Amino acid sequence: MTEILTLLKDLFTDYTLRTVAMGSATLGIVSGALGCFAVLRKQSLLGDAISHAALPGIALAFLFTGSKSPLIIVIGAAIIGWIGTMFIMSIVKHTRIKSDSALGLVLSSFFGFGLVLLTFIQRMPTANQAGLDTFLFGQASALLERDIVVMGVLGLVVLAIMSLFWKEFKLISFDPDFAASNGFPIQKLDILITSLIVIAIVIGLQTVGVVLMSAMVVAPAAAARQWTDRLSLMIIIAAFFGALAGVSGSMISSLTSRLPTGPTIVLCISFLVGVSMLFAPNRGLIWNWLRRQRNRRKLQLEAVLSNLYELAKQHGSIDRAHSKAVLEAMSPDRAESVDSTLDELQKRRWARVTTNNQWAITQKGWDEVERFLKESSKK
Amino acid sequence: MENDKLSIEVADLTVAYHDKPVLWDIDLSVPPGVLMAIVGPNGAGKTTLIKSILGLVKPAAGQVLIYGKPYEEQRNLVGYVPQRGSVDWDFPTSVLDVVMMGRYRALGWIKRPGKKERDTAMEALDKVGMGDFINRQISQLSGGQQQRVFLARALVQDAEIYFMDEPFQGVDATTERAIITLLRELRAEGKTVVVVHHDLQTVTEYFDWVTLINVRRIASGTVDEAFTEQNLRLAYGGRVAFLSHKQKQSDQVGSKQQG
Repeated sequence: MTEILTLLKDLFTDYTLRTVAMGSATLGIVSGALGCFAVLRKQSLLGDAISHAALPGIALAFLFTGSKSPLIIVIGAAIIGWIGTMFIMSIVKHTRIKSDSALGLVLSSFFGFGLVLLTFIQRMPTANQAGLDTFLFGQASALLERDIVVMGVLGLVVLAIMSLFWKEFKLISFDPDFAASNGFPIQKLDILITSLIVIAIVIGLQTVGVVLMSAMVVAPAAAARQWTDRLSLMIIIAAFFGALAGVSGSMISSLTSRLPTGPTIVLCISFLVGVSMLFAPNRGLIWNWLRRQRNRRKLQLEAVLSNLYELAKQHGSIDRAHSKAVLEAMSPDRAESVDSTLDELQKRRWARVTTNNQWAITQKGWDEVERFLKESSKK
Repeated sequence: MENDKLSIEVADLTVAYHDKPVLWDIDLSVPPGVLMAIVGPNGAGKTTLIKSILGLVKPAAGQVLIYGKPYEEQRNLVGYVPQRGSVDWDFPTSVLDVVMMGRYRALGWIKRPGKKERDTAMEALDKVGMGDFINRQISQLSGGQQQRVFLARALVQDAEIYFMDEPFQGVDATTERAIITLLRELRAEGKTVVVVHHDLQTVTEYFDWVTLINVRRIASGTVDEAFTEQNLRLAYGGRVAFLSHKQKQSDQVGSKQQG
């Protein structure tokens, strides 16, 4: 317990920890927010292709400038990532190759090229080459204040453009044909939104790494969708989940030596996805299960009550009681649950048990049956 | 110019997907104030015809004029109801939001919809009988309700010409009646409505103008002139007797299921 408190204190006082937390929060917010559009536009895999395609950009930026400054690396990654994306879009547009194949082609060829370049760099006889391979799985502890500034500025620009074109992005995400018929240049908007996703991904590469960065695009959005039916709220929740996973993941990995950041952050966001899928109201699995149970229970109640009603009607008397066996025989597929259903009916005073342990419908139960019979005949 | 009298004029329109012609040399002249059905067999290019008039599909050749001018200059006069199935109804948004999208063009770039757009959208929703559903999440709507939301969105576009892609597809009888009443109202206001239609049985009842296509234009004109057995046979390749017989049967089955 005291360890956690110290950790929380360190979060504000310890330079490294504070930097790491701020960096991963920034990347989580930006990729979470932009990821919503990727997911809603059914482009979840695009993030994967972009981040993998960015690897040669990182290597080329270093080869050309000899610098590992974050700004230069980010620019390199963004340019090549963007070229890869435009490649995918034009393959889909101009050939008969479908988008999943185009994604796969670009992803693997660019990533392969990136790996070749990395190997080449590592064999170079300069002292400065070490550390580029941390971009594969990310290393939050290597974040410096100047990295955070770059990430923060880029992130703000991306979020500002997103809110500026909010209406247009929403429209082309929901109904691109309608947008086009209204004269909105959907292709340009498409390129704009994809470019924003490219920047969102590039921001996170140093921390999460190219291999797993796509999870930060898809997972927060998928988790957030469970909790709300409004786009604006979905984006806020996704940004929050992204930040939460970023901070907790990079802190956990910085506590343990040699624990790569990317996978740890991804495990954190996966946990949030799992929780959301299970527990979110309306869309969550548990909620669904409860709803099904409730419906089943209601159907059982109605079935047994209707049987009592029919029996009373046949005998022309509401006071005529019948044994449980009769009721079980009337609903053979639910026979074993008749017992508990009768208890529930008694609790609701829709049925009563007589002194010789037989069952009869009450006036209240009778009214209830008439009510739902009327209701169902209306439908 | 004579052209000014026509609401829609299509000349030599040809569309091809990967060398395969989908529409071939289509000519079309539609006067204003008519309710026109586009009919033809599956794969005849009905949707493509609408989409290429709206500039959503790039034609290989031909031109489209709306009130005598190219579509790009006349967008403000055109409303569009895409096929219901063309969007993801699980998109996180509400009925009111979707209808307000019909005002985005008039709003212009970046500006957000406000109270005025809200009021216009509510009015349109009332008109299609969806006034009680404004805050409903769109995934909770039935097929007929989804169609009405799309119609309301087109209504707020405040257009002169409406293109509707299968608005009667998979809707309940109540919605079908509501839609046809609405279309007649639009016509009474002098608007032109072009509808991709599947049900040959209702063409004479619902529409006053019809275009039959099957890649090529078979016929276009008033229902009396163009909706002849011979033209139908040309469009449907000689199976029309069999087809209309079958249609009757499936209609009967359909109404039984609904009832």
